[in-house]
Amino acid sequence: MSGGRPPGFTVGVPRLVLGGRLLFENFRLRIEAGRWTCVLGPSGVGKTTLLRLIAGLLPGALVVTDDGRPLAGRLALMAQQDLLLPWLSVLENALLGWRLRGERRSRAAELEGSARELLARVGLAGREDDLPQALSGGMRQRVALARTLMERRPVVLMDEPFSALDAITRHRLQDLAARLLAGHTVVMVTHSPLEALRLGHRILVLRGRPVQVSEVSAPESPIPRDPGDPALLAREAELWRVLAASAGAEEDESCAPFSARS
Amino acid sequence: MRTVLRPLLTAAGLLALWELAVRASGVPPYILPPPSRVLATLWQAGPLLAEHGLITLIEILLGMAIGAVLGAAAALSLALLPPLRRWLEPVLVASQAIPVFALAPLLVLWLGYGIGSKVAMAVLIIFFPVATAFFDGLRRTDPGWLELARVMDAKPLRVLFEIRVPAALPALGSGLRVAAAVAPIGAVIGEWVGASRGLGYLMLHANARLRVDLVFAALSVLALLALALFRLTDRLVARLVYWQRETLPGSVHDPEGRSLA
Repeated sequence: MSGGRPPGFTVGVPRLVLGGRLLFENFRLRIEAGRWTCVLGPSGVGKTTLLRLIAGLLPGALVVTDDGRPLAGRLALMAQQDLLLPWLSVLENALLGWRLRGERRSRAAELEGSARELLARVGLAGREDDLPQALSGGMRQRVALARTLMERRPVVLMDEPFSALDAITRHRLQDLAARLLAGHTVVMVTHSPLEALRLGHRILVLRGRPVQVSEVSAPESPIPRDPGDPALLAREAELWRVLAASAGAEEDESCAPFSARS
Repeated sequence: MRTVLRPLLTAAGLLALWELAVRASGVPPYILPPPSRVLATLWQAGPLLAEHGLITLIEILLGMAIGAVLGAAAALSLALLPPLRRWLEPVLVASQAIPVFALAPLLVLWLGYGIGSKVAMAVLIIFFPVATAFFDGLRRTDPGWLELARVMDAKPLRVLFEIRVPAALPALGSGLRVAAAVAPIGAVIGEWVGASRGLGYLMLHANARLRVDLVFAALSVLALLALALFRLTDRLVARLVYWQRETLPGSVHDPEGRSLA
């Protein structure tokens, strides 16, 4: 991984109104360096908006990193949709970032070699020249994971990256991502308490309007954790209670049509 | 095989009906010739039809090529230059309301009786569907892709040529298909207004001399040309957007048979 040691950072949002609704006010969140932070919360609470604010896709947030350098250029994004370009091969998709930055030809061989290696590690050896349409949903998301890793960026933002997959595929990809992203600073939005408990060093629940953060203690064991672990299951019940309570707080809002993504 | 045979059988059936109707009603051949007579004329007037058909074909192909290039270039420059877009886009939309055919006499006046005025006519007709379809495609890029590119610190020109343009190629393809369908109309209208050669000219002349059989013969050559042009364009477009599969049930193109290279 290039781009230096993964930084921790603090996001501050003084005030953000989207679609006529006050989402954030005096919001502050600390993201620890080199750890997985999982963000849960009811739909429409502002989870995706928070990621977009950190990524700089939405203005209005102040991100202060530990090392004082800006976050821009040091983060990669992985969304719920794989966002593969259908006209590019699997290999070309994995190299998309370098292609879009107009990387010099002298590095092409090195980059391609490393992309092939990454694709092999996500189990796609031999599929490098296929078009995305020839792949299953799980395979496509693995290409997206390879593309994210290929960016070699210390901070990775993930927005429900595995939610469109079937249970088995999701389980495997969680393991894979935990292994390959070890040491990165990861912020992952999810709506699955179990996923948060498997992968999160920290588990945060967003609720209310403007958004409040509450932290649920995560297990101490290393990730990815075994979903059969009794400690995990006990906490899952607790997490469900917190989530149900936070959703209840939204109840009167849920009648209003919302335009912003969750 | 069946997909070729079926329309041919339908056409043969219609021609047979036509033949029967003419024979039964006794309509004189200078009003409505039977298809057998048209076929005979096609054979006899072959060299004449070939000579004029070639002129029309050249006009259509030139018009198609120039119109497509100009249309695509116009769409690209509108997408590249926002100020240009603000000034020109409303004009582009409004100009589509002008019936281009009405300009044909002017074009003949300006560019003469030769091939130039017909090519210009075809270019004008082709330009708008290509330009508007491509431009529409260029501005409807999936926002997810653009955000991904932004987080990747992509260069703007790279985004245009690596993401926006390829994503707009299916739309450009639709524009080109429409263009292929209207291109022969442009050339023939140009020839009707004033020409010394070409299928349109030949039809007009034959019509005046009550050689309706020759009119139909020229018309069938024109139809063949138009059909061939459309098929050719369709093939080229399918190759251009190689990643798109036809998904309508029972579509003519076998999705598995299409090249993915």
